[in-house]
Amino acid sequence: MADQPAISTPAHPSTFTQNPIQRFLIATEVDTRLLGMIGALAVIWIGFNIFSGGLFLTPRNLWNLSVQTASVAVMVTGMVLVIVTRNIDLSVGSILGVVGMVMGVMQTQILPVQLGLGLGHPLIWSLSLLAGLVVGVGIGALQGTIIAYLRVPAFIVTLGGYLVWRGAAWWVTMGRTVAPMDPTFQLIGGGPAGSIGFTWSWIVGAVACAAIIAGLYFGRRQRHRFNFPQRPLWAEASLAVLGCGTTIGAIWVANAYPWPVRIAENYAKANGIAVPETGLFISHGIAVPVLIALGVGVLMTFLTTRTRFGRYVYAMGGNPEAAELAGINTRWVTVKIFMLMGGLCAVAAAISSARLNAATNALGTLDELYVIAAAVIGGTSLAGGVGTIAGALLGAVVMQSLQSGMVLMGLDSPLQSIVVGIVLVFAVWLDTLYRRNKH
Amino acid sequence: MLDASTPLVEMTDISIAFGGIKAVDHASINLHRGEVVGLLGHNGAGKSTLIKILSGAYKRDAGDIRINGEPASISNPRDAKAYGIETIYQQLAVADNVDAAANLFLGRELVTPIGTLDDAAMESRAREVMGRLNPNFRRFKEPVKALSGGQRQSVAIARAILFNARILVMDEPTAALGPQETAQVGELIKQLKSEGIGIFLISHDIHDVFDLADRLVVMKNGQVVGEARTSDVTKDEVLGMIIMGKVPPGAQPGPGAING
Repeated sequence: MADQPAISTPAHPSTFTQNPIQRFLIATEVDTRLLGMIGALAVIWIGFNIFSGGLFLTPRNLWNLSVQTASVAVMVTGMVLVIVTRNIDLSVGSILGVVGMVMGVMQTQILPVQLGLGLGHPLIWSLSLLAGLVVGVGIGALQGTIIAYLRVPAFIVTLGGYLVWRGAAWWVTMGRTVAPMDPTFQLIGGGPAGSIGFTWSWIVGAVACAAIIAGLYFGRRQRHRFNFPQRPLWAEASLAVLGCGTTIGAIWVANAYPWPVRIAENYAKANGIAVPETGLFISHGIAVPVLIALGVGVLMTFLTTRTRFGRYVYAMGGNPEAAELAGINTRWVTVKIFMLMGGLCAVAAAISSARLNAATNALGTLDELYVIAAAVIGGTSLAGGVGTIAGALLGAVVMQSLQSGMVLMGLDSPLQSIVVGIVLVFAVWLDTLYRRNKH
Repeated sequence: MLDASTPLVEMTDISIAFGGIKAVDHASINLHRGEVVGLLGHNGAGKSTLIKILSGAYKRDAGDIRINGEPASISNPRDAKAYGIETIYQQLAVADNVDAAANLFLGRELVTPIGTLDDAAMESRAREVMGRLNPNFRRFKEPVKALSGGQRQSVAIARAILFNARILVMDEPTAALGPQETAQVGELIKQLKSEGIGIFLISHDIHDVFDLADRLVVMKNGQVVGEARTSDVTKDEVLGMIIMGKVPPGAQPGPGAING
């Protein structure tokens, strides 16, 4: 690059526009589509807050909302890759069911009783989780192989899988519900014990803020190295403030939700803490399942944007033939995508069964539809090639917000389904309009 | 160095059939370094299919491929690229939804020491190559979908020359281009040729081929009608070969030639 310093750094495109809002959007290079979704989410939240008489935007409801979203959020990150490569996976709810059953049987029967580890042994939760992951990835590998190498359409393979794995979930215990789960395993599901508390939440928040600032800094340095147009400094600063502000706000909300009075009193008694007159305030902090979902989101974003695998996924979605001709082993990539999807179903199964403190053969019923809907609302195009992890996660939050908001408003169950269905179609229509105007 | 008379590419007795239709029928063709060979024929004459066998998109039923005199086993596009064979396809074969740099490096991404994509380095290299090929090209950040036909074509060509190809296959490289861009591609072909790269040029445009090619091979119904040095035949004679399979005196007849 020795011959480059002679060239002056080109001006950033934001210097050419006058309108301040446009200028802000171009200068910060934020995805306007994502911004639109955040706006829609804000409208939904404020709307529900008004109609439910101030019940929606409370720390308690938002904390519960985050925990309820976790399972679908984990799965939707995989579904994005599946849909981007022009496939579909209708079997995720059933995989969740069968994996939940396997993990349940592992920790209630096989490990403590048949292998004689005894209840509460530390190997129980870890081996159960491992067994679940192996089964999930294995199912994904099987389905992926049939799709990629035997050339059976994904729709059919996973429709078959939908029936097969739901049947298998039933068959594991002949329909009997398995409970209770291992106490350590239960932490994966959230609840007062399954949250990381006040201090750790702030530590996580601080790490996240540091990561945001470091990311912006290194991005800027990299652009400088290759003489690319730089974002203006004020734009970088506002991005940092926005990112850190959102993080701090979210942590504050999670910490503002205290443990229920009785649980806090029992905890105080057990640990010899005096309960003050005003009552004991112990913060939940971020719930473990939410932390898992966020971690999965970060990992999957990294995978899709920073690795070859991710690049291939999008190239295959954009033009499968070109990807093949470019020398990409498209079949193996497809198998890997479905393996990943299976593994993520296993993580979601751990969250769902731990939260319920039981594995039932109905666990995850209809989840495939919520996951697909969340991905699509989040901007993943069924035509392939388009979709982001962040968008899909937002989609999952939108779906869950609608449901929990309607419950708070006391809407009847059938009406809830009707609303969700209409919103799905409406969201995709809006997205079509947006894309048409853009190009 | 290799003996100058050893062809860069020798394809001998290549055959391939799709469901009983012989798309290529015992075709033989060769290419030397620094040579441009024009491959001519009607739609469905088998020229694209023959060339796709060389670039690994199709697997031949019979026949041998030798690269630099050595037998080559090419059964997929990755194998072909390992032999330094780069192809610019008629249908462009770019992934519409990703940007130019991602397309240039598709399948051969530059990575950082920890194995992540080095987007900045790829974009920088892309700017360099595209600057040589099409100095007006500015839209590096946008998906290729947003580009014009000519710009997409430059991306496809840049991809082929980026990795120091020894053998370049161009299937209708100027089909989507305006006159100015076509001229640019012509210049590029001459430049690559002077660098010792062997080029197969498939085209409908007989004028293009006459300007650029050293040698012509005409195909009809999957067979080679004949081949000739461009200087030994006229355009009308070549048209006769393409349309009727009639071989003029200046050309060497192949298996598909009409006798008499």
